[in-house]
Amino acid sequence: MQWYKSSLGKKYIMAVTGLAMVLFAIVHMLGNFTIFAGPGGINAYAAGLQGLGPGLWLFRLALLTVFLVHIWMGVSLYLENKAARPSEYAMKQNHRTSFSARTMIWTGVILGAFIIFHVLHFTVHAFHPYYATFVDAAQRHDVYRMVVMGFQGFPMTLIYIAAMVVLLLHLAHGIQSFFQSLGATNDATLPTLEKGGRGVAVVILLGFVIVPITIFFGVIRL
Amino acid sequence: MNLTLYVWRQKGPKEKGSLERYEAKHVSPDSSFLEMLDEVNEDLIKSGKDPIVFDHDCREGICGMCSQMINGIAHGPDTEITVCQLHMRKFKDGDSIYIEPWRAKAFPLISDLMVDRSAFDRIIESYGYTSAHTGGVPDGNAIPVSKVNADIAMDAAACIGCGACVAACPNASAMLFVSAKVSHLGVLPQGEVEAARRVKAMVSQMDAEGFGNCTNHYECEAACPKGIKVTFISRMNRELLKAIPQVEKKAAGGGF
Repeated sequence: MQWYKSSLGKKYIMAVTGLAMVLFAIVHMLGNFTIFAGPGGINAYAAGLQGLGPGLWLFRLALLTVFLVHIWMGVSLYLENKAARPSEYAMKQNHRTSFSARTMIWTGVILGAFIIFHVLHFTVHAFHPYYATFVDAAQRHDVYRMVVMGFQGFPMTLIYIAAMVVLLLHLAHGIQSFFQSLGATNDATLPTLEKGGRGVAVVILLGFVIVPITIFFGVIRL
Repeated sequence: MNLTLYVWRQKGPKEKGSLERYEAKHVSPDSSFLEMLDEVNEDLIKSGKDPIVFDHDCREGICGMCSQMINGIAHGPDTEITVCQLHMRKFKDGDSIYIEPWRAKAFPLISDLMVDRSAFDRIIESYGYTSAHTGGVPDGNAIPVSKVNADIAMDAAACIGCGACVAACPNASAMLFVSAKVSHLGVLPQGEVEAARRVKAMVSQMDAEGFGNCTNHYECEAACPKGIKVTFISRMNRELLKAIPQVEKKAAGGGF
């Protein structure tokens, strides 16, 4: 048997791809903060990313691979685990597990759908093709205008905030799982990592929702 | 006290099972859970019915035979005990008690509450040992073992292989059992030399038996009658990470 086909190998792959996506989410979140510097800030940041050229596509390809591998592992773990208990208990009490741990597959599916929606919304401009035509004074793509217009209206704001709450649930279990799955925990550090993981998940939630919330309340406007 | 029992009755592996209702009357609060079941069985036998089949042996919490989900908790509502150590004083007069067998594909049901836990034996056979040479008895303390490692090994060796970890795990995973067995030999100098081969062989066998994968719910730790910690799972994850790059010729117990 190859190591990556074993139950532990799948855990390692799950953990490493998960960490890569958490790090990406943190960088994405920090990148979003450039919107607080006004159109000049976020437009320059976006232009800088676009300026990477082939590097940008290499990065996107790597991220897509990580994303697909994580989904593939997650689904196969879920199916194998379902198969490992063919008949359910009539009564079962849980003492240690959490809502977020038990719903990983579902929060994962929702996040997968959300990421597709998000890319269609702000990268492909599938819902509003005219977003691509926004140009600022310096002839750069006007990301600031696109984001502020994108978050107009309650439904869109709600979708993004709800998706970030789902991300919170996924990461509240996922971050501490990374350390446990790679064997980086012991009796002294596991409780701290469990709490710390939830803490980081909350910080990521707040960091992401602050943009749609400030736009919704008109703090950031055109 | 009088209790209402809902017990899983299933004649054989192929038959269809269901929860049957039984009344347990005049139960002494001082009796153990298994003694209570013994009395119920006495009544069943007297009235010409088949008694409830359940596993038990030492009845002092060390053999790991008794295996029952009581009200949805492996080994019932008390911490770090097996079913045989559970006393009826933990229940109240008039309580309803649901009793089910361990449920996992790797633990096929034999009858009623009795399951076949040979999968654990096969995992032990795969490499749950050290290759000791025969010969004279070695001198005591000839091999120095640090107190810290001796304690870790002892904590892991407390595992009685009852299967509560598998029963409690939402994924029916055997990681706590396997990690305890991998660790208690791996941290000692006698077992350390074969640590890489051991962890590979035992993990392969665990997977081959059809147990689920660990997704870090930690229900196993809550259910374990011997208080084995999930950090042993972390230790095993570490052990296999170290072992994977060590390519060897096909080991005796299989592996990767």
